[in-house]
Amino acid sequence: MVTVDATWVLHGLAGGVIIGLASGMLLLVSGRIAGITGIIGGVLVPTPGEWSWRLAFIGGMLAGGAVVLWFAPVAFAVTVPRSLGLFALGGALVGVGTRMANGCTSGHGVCGVGRLSPRSLVAAAVFTTCGALAVAALRML
Amino acid sequence: MKHGVVFVAGFLFSIGLGVGGMTQPARIIGFLDVTGRWDPTLLFVILGAVATYAVAYAVARRRPRPLVAPGFVLPAPRRVDAPLVVGSALFGTGWGIAGFCPGPGVTALVSLKPQVLAFLGPMLLGIALYEGLPLWLTHRRNRRRAREAVSADPGLVDG
Repeated sequence: MVTVDATWVLHGLAGGVIIGLASGMLLLVSGRIAGITGIIGGVLVPTPGEWSWRLAFIGGMLAGGAVVLWFAPVAFAVTVPRSLGLFALGGALVGVGTRMANGCTSGHGVCGVGRLSPRSLVAAAVFTTCGALAVAALRML
Repeated sequence: MKHGVVFVAGFLFSIGLGVGGMTQPARIIGFLDVTGRWDPTLLFVILGAVATYAVAYAVARRRPRPLVAPGFVLPAPRRVDAPLVVGSALFGTGWGIAGFCPGPGVTALVSLKPQVLAFLGPMLLGIALYEGLPLWLTHRRNRRRAREAVSADPGLVDG
């Protein structure tokens, strides 16, 4: 169980602002959308000129992850009642679904919603609803 | 120099996810758990992120080009279509099952936790297959057609 209290409102806002700054940086400097699945896709199935900046971004993400691990390993606590098989199933659905939708919580949820893209607003509504349904369904099992 | 800035952007992105608690599946599932004890953290992360990004986007719109790259590469305007809706439904379902989405998954990779690896492996495979399979099938079809054209008219080879 993770703690849910007022300080996490501040944590959430602070984390969100940092994410917004990072995404904004990518846009203003490189002119790109900070959509993680698009970035990963362009590294796994590379086209010339499109993969090196993506690799740099992912490299940065991994370095950031290492810093988080060093200073606050509790950030990676996994305390949910899910088997490894369910994590794998979830991963497969996330991998295929995000590419089909051409975006995930970062691409659609932050960047798309941030510029009021109708596609992204629809995507965010659909994936949030389905997420809630999946959680509710697993609770009942 | 440009890649250095991009690296920093990726670095900050992970820091933001960590600070915001988004790398803890319990917080994601807690947010999606509308029938149970609700965890609002993700809502505040989104609020902070969207508000900040909206400002950055407004600034970017006024500029003819980015600071370093030759131009903006934004998604072409498209209508809401079936792949968007179906894909989002699949993604959302997987998100609710695992409590991870792609960003936090990558950030958490360094922890080498079995749950993270169990999530990331199939996720990367799914992305690679979805992106790469159509390309590979097209490549194979083109090669087969080229072979058939040559065997029907061997003179083509010298052409």
